[in-house]
Amino acid sequence: MNVLLQLVLQFAKTGLFAVGGGLATLPFLYEMSDATGWFTHADIADMIAISESTPGAIGINMSTYAGYQTAGFLGGLCATLGLALPSVIIIIIVAQFLDRFSTNKYVQRAFYGLRPASLAMVTAALLNVVRVALVDLSVWNGVSSIFSVLRPIPIVLACALFFAMKKLKWHPIVFLGISALIGIALKL
Amino acid sequence: MKEILDLYLAFLRIGFVNFGGGYAMLPLLEKDLVTKRGWTTMDKLTDYYAIGQCTPGVIALNVSTFIGYSRKGIPGAITATLGFLTGPIMIILAIAAFLTNFAEIPAVQHAFAGIRVCVCVLILNAILKLRKKSVPDRVSFIVYLAVFLLTAFSALLPFAIPAAGLVIGAGIFGIFFGKSDDEMKKGGAA
Repeated sequence: MNVLLQLVLQFAKTGLFAVGGGLATLPFLYEMSDATGWFTHADIADMIAISESTPGAIGINMSTYAGYQTAGFLGGLCATLGLALPSVIIIIIVAQFLDRFSTNKYVQRAFYGLRPASLAMVTAALLNVVRVALVDLSVWNGVSSIFSVLRPIPIVLACALFFAMKKLKWHPIVFLGISALIGIALKL
Repeated sequence: MKEILDLYLAFLRIGFVNFGGGYAMLPLLEKDLVTKRGWTTMDKLTDYYAIGQCTPGVIALNVSTFIGYSRKGIPGAITATLGFLTGPIMIILAIAAFLTNFAEIPAVQHAFAGIRVCVCVLILNAILKLRKKSVPDRVSFIVYLAVFLLTAFSALLPFAIPAAGLVIGAGIFGIFFGKSDDEMKKGGAA
């Protein structure tokens, strides 16, 4: 079978079964690596590092990268579109359903439960970023070390950004850019 | 046609600066699509995130598809998705072709340490903004707390609950114990 078609199919399978964000794609990628030899486990580890330092979700980045390794630029395109295809179809179906039933009492009640759940997951995601950005758990040494794991410079920067965003209605991109420059200047 | 092009360009821009995954995209969506263009509301965005979490695929993409659909139907859904994908595809292809050790460059590491701090604050602001609408009363706060604890401390549990399971459970809980919009307005119990 044509390798591009295979890429589309393999990544469509990943896109269909990986529920709940980028990291959910990892088990599928390891399996694909073993089954096809398109990329190695080390490639996957590299890609996790790259995904943390580029825009875009890890699942998308991984499919582009793996597709490129396997079949060049076209491979990168095919793998990424394959990954997106199932979810686009499913979301369109769900959106049509919601258009029709959004005034239904039970659908609205379901959303009453879904909204706090969604916000809770955003909060948990925040905790994950905080763990990487503002604290350094490698110096954790029992409860008495609770203050030494806090990284003072990033925390001061975070507070400064928080108040700056309250006062200045700049676009988030501006704050992201300034933070990147501060990161380089202070060697965070 | 112009609306389709606008949709593509709006998501192209978001895709290029979407550092930190689907949740970090929320403040960008708010600024570009809610405040500036009025294409959607924060309430709707929360709903899209809730659904995006329990449907297959990458959350950021699911949300893009949803917004695209709500603007312009199926062509809109496809356009927004492709717009969002364009940036990441170009960046990763460039890195794969020219910068194999991109993530090890010191300046890149420092820049991203700074960006991650900013992402924390952006996500925090999004949470503060959504709090009132998403968690309007005590029952919904219980759902919030339960899902948060089960997600944040999942490593301590003897068994793993997939995120999709939690979201579906919260939806079912809502059907039995929640309130519809009318019931909320009346302030009556479900």
